Amino acid sequence: MHGQAIEKNNMLHLTVNGKRYALEQGSRSDQVAPEHTLAYTLRETLGLTGTKVSCDEGACGACTVIMDGKTILSCMTLTIECDGNSITTIEGLSDPTTKKLDPLQQAFIDHTAFQCGFCTPGMIMSAKALLRENPAPTEEEVKEALAGNFCRCISHYHVVKAVMAASVKSR
Amino acid sequence: MGDKYRFIGKATPRRDATEIVTGGTRYLNDIQMPDMLYGKVLRSPHPHALIKRIDKHQALALPGVKAVLTWEDVPDWRGGTPRHTRVLDRKVRFVGDAVALVAAATEGIAQEALGLIAVEYEVLPAVFDMEEALKPDAPQLYEEYPGNRVTPGMPFFGLNSLTEIVMGDVEQGFGQADVITEGQFGYENLPNPLPPEPPGAIALWEEPNRVTVWVSNQASYMDKITLYHVMNRHVETRSIGGPCGGSFGSKFMSWQVQSYAALLSRATGKPVKLILTKEEHLAVFTMRPASRMRAKVGMKKDGTVTAVEGTWLVDTGYYSMTTQAQVAVGCGEVQIMVRCPNWALQPVIVCTNRNASGIVRGFGGQELKCMLIPLLSLAMEKLAIDPFEFLKKNYVKPGDGYVWRDGNWYTYRGVDYAAAMEKGARTFGWKEKWKGWLKPTAINGATRRGVGVGVHGNADIGEDASEAYVRLHPDGTAMLFSCVTEHGTGQRSNFIKMVAEVLQLPLESVSLAPADSLINPYEFGPAGSRGTYAIGAAAIRAAEDAKGKLFELLAPLLKTRPEELDTADGIVFVKGNPEQKIPWRAMSIDRTITGFGRFEPDYTLSNCMMSFVEVEVDTETGKVTLLRVVNATDVGQVIDPPGLAGQLNGCLGSGGIDSAIFEETVLDRSTGHILNANLIDYKWRTFPELPTIDNVVMETPFPSHRFHAVGVGEIATSPGPSAILMAISNAIGTWLHAYPATPERVLAALGTLSHGEKKRGGA
Ligand code: FES
Ligand code: FES
Repeated sequence: MHGQAIEKNNMLHLTVNGKRYALEQGSRSDQVAPEHTLAYTLRETLGLTGTKVSCDEGACGACTVIMDGKTILSCMTLTIECDGNSITTIEGLSDPTTKKLDPLQQAFIDHTAFQCGFCTPGMIMSAKALLRENPAPTEEEVKEALAGNFCRCISHYHVVKAVMAASVKSR
Repeated sequence: MGDKYRFIGKATPRRDATEIVTGGTRYLNDIQMPDMLYGKVLRSPHPHALIKRIDKHQALALPGVKAVLTWEDVPDWRGGTPRHTRVLDRKVRFVGDAVALVAAATEGIAQEALGLIAVEYEVLPAVFDMEEALKPDAPQLYEEYPGNRVTPGMPFFGLNSLTEIVMGDVEQGFGQADVITEGQFGYENLPNPLPPEPPGAIALWEEPNRVTVWVSNQASYMDKITLYHVMNRHVETRSIGGPCGGSFGSKFMSWQVQSYAALLSRATGKPVKLILTKEEHLAVFTMRPASRMRAKVGMKKDGTVTAVEGTWLVDTGYYSMTTQAQVAVGCGEVQIMVRCPNWALQPVIVCTNRNASGIVRGFGGQELKCMLIPLLSLAMEKLAIDPFEFLKKNYVKPGDGYVWRDGNWYTYRGVDYAAAMEKGARTFGWKEKWKGWLKPTAINGATRRGVGVGVHGNADIGEDASEAYVRLHPDGTAMLFSCVTEHGTGQRSNFIKMVAEVLQLPLESVSLAPADSLINPYEFGPAGSRGTYAIGAAAIRAAEDAKGKLFELLAPLLKTRPEELDTADGIVFVKGNPEQKIPWRAMSIDRTITGFGRFEPDYTLSNCMMSFVEVEVDTETGKVTLLRVVNATDVGQVIDPPGLAGQLNGCLGSGGIDSAIFEETVLDRSTGHILNANLIDYKWRTFPELPTIDNVVMETPFPSHRFHAVGVGEIATSPGPSAILMAISNAIGTWLHAYPATPERVLAALGTLSHGEKKRGGA
């Protein structure tokens, strides 16, 4: 994380899914308060509710987003620490103009790699970051990369298949 | 088998798949409304206390606070069975009980306001153990439940609702036994089903007496019904269900959080959203009932059970809404598992000062079997009976019967599950791995492997009523009205498949109405495994009814009788002569056709799941590793292969198999505080720890509905836990009877833990 805390009244600049946002600091609903987490800002201020919050304490991976290439837990990251950073959320994976899904998203559909689907955005973001770094992971590497993602329905087996399928395509 | 159908049995993408993978699915907390306020709950720090005084002035003075409600401000709404539990009471009964409700402009302000409410309590003595609670001088939780005994019986199940199993003559049964074993067993570690999405509600009150509640529940129509009763039957209630981020049964009991949101909306005139935190989810929402059993069984050399006698204590926490139902269903399910003519099993439901127990997959039967199978195992060991053979022999067969939840006897008319069990055993390699009781399958230095088997089944697959409409449109499309939410099983998509199959329409031409109680007929919801048979039957009948009406309307135009007609892809044609045809459009563009379907409860079918497990125990560290699971079942006809696989893999989580290995809610029994109410200290299985799972699914047509299928999803969690303890006992060569089998318990059983707890249970 290389963002810096902003000074009072300064604007905060975020790039989310390629779109640039300039946000004021303050307590109005369209502003960013010092205690706002990135998950809160994404969901409540920017209306990007695809990122889910389950534990809100850094334990389950539901809120995973990608910031400057690395996964972060958006519930454990203060928005004011993200000034100048570029963030990708689940809404940013498909092609913005054609709406064509990312191959990983398509693989999740093809393998029904979800049940209730609540953990899915976090799973996909964790897996996406893995595939960017390691386009051809082994099953063990996939499992290791997703070790922080909680899934109560036990969709793990289908998720591993989906990620492996997407990795083959990207080879 | 899938070939005879166009859609049934084929893997087709879930209807909601694109939304799920793009983040577009709108779960409860993703809904925003103009002017919405946020609710928070002030909770009791004491397990048992009277509220002497509440000062809310400071909280009300905080800018942004719109309402602060205490027991003095709210109507006498009550829930529970019987309806004794007030929505806000002068008395608090567990650490986390609701004391005050706040609505504010933001969650942060509401949270801050909680800290500004001053409460003076008169602390009362509390009780945390069910046997302590039954003692004459124990603290009393409710005037209505003298001796802390909850009124037995579930009125919803009828006047003779099952409260015990008493039949035959147990003395005579024990006289016929070759071996009698007895002991005390427990399944008391209170695993939490713990769906990822926390429970919550949004409510909008409209004066004088109307409320709309947006809910996250697998069975959203029932929220309307429950709230109607809670609100003393004079509030017009409407429930709107949306995608549910997991429930596993638990969110069926959401009346409290829904009532809080409704009260706050009533006080402010604004929509109010109230979502529990994960800590609240774990510490104040519902979890499994705790069970303790003292019992005795008689068994013959050939594995015939001659008598079962005992007491089943059920700790329901501070109140019960469904525990009586779980006891009734559990008592029915155990008869499905063990044929025995002589029973005297007496359940007692007890209140204690902890958060309430509620619904979890397994619904009473899992709890009971987690205790009874270890007891039966002691008898099997004495008689050198293979547990697989025992469970196969004793599972309900066509022509056998059971007393079900309504107190009536039903004769089972489904398939014989022995074939599925045999196939499961072959897949697992049971014959090769089973070396006899308390004998490891393999030893490798300090590690030992062991195997175990368990079984479960439920006649709830045809429980309760379902209703549905199917509306046909002139453009060759159809819409199903069935009040079900998607909670992970894929059933919303499956009902679309069923309707598409009946009407022979492309899947894209069939849609499903939102789960809004205003537009849909009665629906008990996908509880237990009733979705496929009960809800499916209503949808199928509605589609058939609509189709019949369509044929009646169009037959004159084709100059034939309705019976001669069939339809596919929005075209009606004469069966013998498909060229003689007419499009649905011919019904006229200013018309729709609506069919109605209703399912009446049927308890003569039961599902079945047998689970085989292999574990490895490190005898130096006490660590248990689950290596392999084989689940074996027969579902009549698969509706959706990947959806079914997902449900069966679910055997590990939601208070299933892992409740025997590491999952537990740790209650401090001196203070009443839950010590692991977060996702770090509450243990859960991660990707690198996945065992191999094989699911053996047979398809022997059932006499159920048009597609001969039965549901099975709910029960996947249930056979595993007792199988795990069996496997560990076999691996280490000594009985281990406490859940979960933590390293300390394993080492204590092995006698290698110096200050560890003593081995519990067993004869
Ligand atoms: S919600 Fe952020 S890790 Fe759980
Ligand atoms: S799909 Fe439900 S928690 Fe993962």
